Amino acid sequence: MAQPLVKKDDDHDDELEYSPFMGIEKGAVLQEARVFNDPQVDPRRCSQVITKLLYLLNQGESFTKVEATEVFFSVTKLFQSKDTGLRRMVYLIIKELSPSSDEVIIVTSSLMKDMNSKIDMYRANAIRVLCRIIDGTLLTQIERYLKQAIVDKNPVVSSAALVSGLHLLKTNPEIVKRWSNEVQEGIQSRSALVQFHALALLHQIRQNDRLAVSKLVGSLTRGSVRSPLAQCLLIRYTSQVIRDMANHGQSGERPFYEFLESCLRHKAEMVILEAARAITELDGVTSRELTPAITVLQLFLSSPRPVLRFAAVRTLNKVAMTHPMAVTNCNIDMESLISDQNRSIATLAITTLLKTGNESSVERLMKQITNFMSDIADEFKIVVVDAIRSLCVKFPLKYRSLMTFLSNILREEGGFEYKRAIVDSIVTIIRDIPDAKESGLLHLCEFIEDCEFTYLSTQILHFLGIEGPNTSDPSKYIRYIYNRVHLENATVRAAAVSTLAKFGFMVESLKPRITVLLKRCIYDSDDEVRDRATLYLSVLGGDGTVDTDKESKDFLFGSLEVPLVNMETSLKNYEPSEEAFDINSVPKEVKSQPLAEKKAQGKKPTGLGAPPAAPASGFDGYERLLSSIPEFAAFGKLFKSSLPVELTEAETEYAVNVVKHIFDSHVVFQYNCTNTIPEQLLERVNVIVDASEAEEFSEVTSKALNSLPYDSPGQAFVVFEKPAGVPAVGKFSNTLTFVVKEVDPSTGEAEDDGVEDEYQLEDLEVVAGDYMVKVGVSNFRNAWESMDEEDERVDEYGLGQRESLGEAVKAVMDLLGMQTCEGTETIPLNARSHTCLLSGVYIGNVKVLVRAQFGMDSSKDIAMKLTVRAEDVSVAEAIHEIVASG
Amino acid sequence: MELPPKVKNILLLDSEGKRVAVKYYSDDWPTNSAQEAFEKSVFTKTQKTNARTEVEVTALENNIVVYKFVQDLHFFVTGGEEENELILASVLEGLFDAVTLLLRSNVDKREALDNLDLIFLSFDEIIDGGIVLETDANVIAGKAGINSTDPNAPLSEQTISQALATAREHLTRSLMK
Repeated sequence: MAQPLVKKDDDHDDELEYSPFMGIEKGAVLQEARVFNDPQVDPRRCSQVITKLLYLLNQGESFTKVEATEVFFSVTKLFQSKDTGLRRMVYLIIKELSPSSDEVIIVTSSLMKDMNSKIDMYRANAIRVLCRIIDGTLLTQIERYLKQAIVDKNPVVSSAALVSGLHLLKTNPEIVKRWSNEVQEGIQSRSALVQFHALALLHQIRQNDRLAVSKLVGSLTRGSVRSPLAQCLLIRYTSQVIRDMANHGQSGERPFYEFLESCLRHKAEMVILEAARAITELDGVTSRELTPAITVLQLFLSSPRPVLRFAAVRTLNKVAMTHPMAVTNCNIDMESLISDQNRSIATLAITTLLKTGNESSVERLMKQITNFMSDIADEFKIVVVDAIRSLCVKFPLKYRSLMTFLSNILREEGGFEYKRAIVDSIVTIIRDIPDAKESGLLHLCEFIEDCEFTYLSTQILHFLGIEGPNTSDPSKYIRYIYNRVHLENATVRAAAVSTLAKFGFMVESLKPRITVLLKRCIYDSDDEVRDRATLYLSVLGGDGTVDTDKESKDFLFGSLEVPLVNMETSLKNYEPSEEAFDINSVPKEVKSQPLAEKKAQGKKPTGLGAPPAAPASGFDGYERLLSSIPEFAAFGKLFKSSLPVELTEAETEYAVNVVKHIFDSHVVFQYNCTNTIPEQLLERVNVIVDASEAEEFSEVTSKALNSLPYDSPGQAFVVFEKPAGVPAVGKFSNTLTFVVKEVDPSTGEAEDDGVEDEYQLEDLEVVAGDYMVKVGVSNFRNAWESMDEEDERVDEYGLGQRESLGEAVKAVMDLLGMQTCEGTETIPLNARSHTCLLSGVYIGNVKVLVRAQFGMDSSKDIAMKLTVRAEDVSVAEAIHEIVASG
Repeated sequence: MELPPKVKNILLLDSEGKRVAVKYYSDDWPTNSAQEAFEKSVFTKTQKTNARTEVEVTALENNIVVYKFVQDLHFFVTGGEEENELILASVLEGLFDAVTLLLRSNVDKREALDNLDLIFLSFDEIIDGGIVLETDANVIAGKAGINSTDPNAPLSEQTISQALATAREHLTRSLMK
């Protein structure tokens, strides 16, 4: 038997660190490469040298242009050798050297010869090499051979041609598209891999033709695909087709679901997993569709193969975010995974359990996690902490055990990111659950006593300054804060001084003592600390009566009303002169940022330390944005901002969505516009609103957007007046008007002349739900009983046939726009009845509680009993009206 | 959208995390130092685990990494976070078994370095530009360990002859003991 190219059993020395490449040097190897030029090629020697060259490249060594060219030219000489082993190495090194197009010419003829060789291995590899280094013009020359190769009877050759086609499709699509017939033939191949590669290429060729893809999937799902890899691919294409059909409004029975479900019974685990995942990711998947997928995943959970357990728990973890009830059946298997050897699996199991757990299991879970926390890495711990934060928001009553857990892990060892995640979580809990405030603040105080991270110390001190003075006994925090002034670096000391001053300002009784403390800080070694102390002393000083200094106090302790960015630019532009800097001159409007700047921003810190992003979203953000616009300042307090509603389809020239801001007697529509055409600059962007179908509304004013450059969102506003405190509803049609200017993409400069144009947007509705703010209550029963039973209004409704109970519950929740309480938004699988608890605040600040009981009969008809209690009977009646008309 | 399963890299590191052979198919790590940093974090993260009997798996920087260790060699295959773990695992198993065949069950660093050409060829035969080319260890080993003096033998036969050679090697070794 012939010896393969193996240099085995040579006389190894018994050195400890033996390596054939010890002391290898680029210069020496390049010298050695001259052996390629010998008239009599020594295959063994040459292979060794090529291996050395490859080794150097692999270790990160790079060749200069000259060196690479030289090696490349001498390598081409090796084509004269008939040795197959050497030829394989030659192919490999040519691919690694990636020669330039003028060099490629040298080898094309040799490679083309190999492409037509009788030896399969030559044909397959020559195709792969040639397709890797070739350009368009050469490709047309060899196209004929490639088409032949696709239908070659040797599967290795066929696969090589198909895979090369996949790569070439990116650079020369028009050529590869001409191979459809041959590729089609490949799908029928008996070789598993050829089938897989052919399917991938055929789909890629047709990917922009929806109908063709759908036909392809339709014909293949009837079962001619044998290879597991090809089957996985087919599943991916099928889910894509399902998504497309849903997007294009084809309703009715979900197509191809049966195919996906049948794949759950495939013999290859790879296919089962792919199908299960595809099902869980279907848009609006119902619990009935989910069940078979969850069942196979549950079996995977107890597999001896870690990869299977990981895959299953990772998928279930995602499902738990949207359908926690569907996953509860797996909880027992999941709990045994907490002690899994593989920490990735254990962490995923924990976070899934935290999502699916109910109120009663929280304590038990926390106990298990405590044992587990000490032996996992920081990044896993952060995942757990995030899960606990959301758990706490979900079950406010359990804050005590969760807070204890957080404070315990806060005291243990850990890196910055981990500690920040914990601190952020505690801050969130303090904000969301008033009862947790005092204990949470004390935990934070204890933490800064021994905190090595300046950033966290300053952030916590700042937070204490905001929350501390409003607690029942503010004085107990003073000791912690003042300790910082003694023990910390200058940055923390300065932050502590500011916090002390805030206490002094907010709590009259503490003022004299704070003044004493601040006076001691005047002798600090650091400028900033001294300056702050002096400044605050002079503001706090005097007899304590509120006097002319009110303005400066507001400035120092209130929130800054101008965006920080604008403040910064204004200060930079300010030239020292006789005239003092005037804060009122700082523009309050949030500028749309230039494109370059936006990209540079990259990752932003979130949570505690995050500066408000501009343009802002979220209620606080909107409130700040609106109050910065003088025209809107008189409307009073913002009651509610809706989620953005898209007014354009995805991928149109101009993307517009609208946010409805509800004030007591006004409604502001905020149109967020994005220009997606790089060659255009839009100016004077305005929205013309036709309110003929909204009788109670009358337009007051509108605020156009001056300029809308490419990919830099901006806002236009339109304001309507409505009767005060009345939940008026109506429908509005919108048209975007603007002036288009051409932009030269190379210079980015716009032409002077523009053309007026308009663009029809979709209609917008103001509905009753817009007047309801989601406000949770921590104990629904108490809240319910505290409301007057006399004011209760009960009625029953038939909701007609629905796919599932969940769908009906969601429809009612969306209609009312209220917060679900005590986790009642999740419905057990296959449940026939369910009770949903909702709470909210209706316009006019009226608290409303709703108890909605759903029941489903055998024909899927759903009935609902709606019990409403509100502080005002008329509101309770209004809720019923909403439901009745919805 | 890229739908076919993609492999981002194959790594073969030694017991100190140093490169034996690596191949990257993705632009996620454009420079050598970025690649080395990735290798280091993969190595540190998996170092303490026991991946000697079963393929193990972990998530790292939005990637899924499957891995298996033998002697002083650590094999890794990386894919995107949406990738099917089992496909990655089949690539890893294909590679692992092919290398075992090629090195005649003497899989350690020294043997791998001695036969580095075979390792490079296995990489080349298992993945082409990120796309799975072949996962059957026998086929890969057959193609990579191609016979030097008999160029006209068809591939399928070479696979068998390769297997025979391995079997014979095993036999002689067990007799010598």
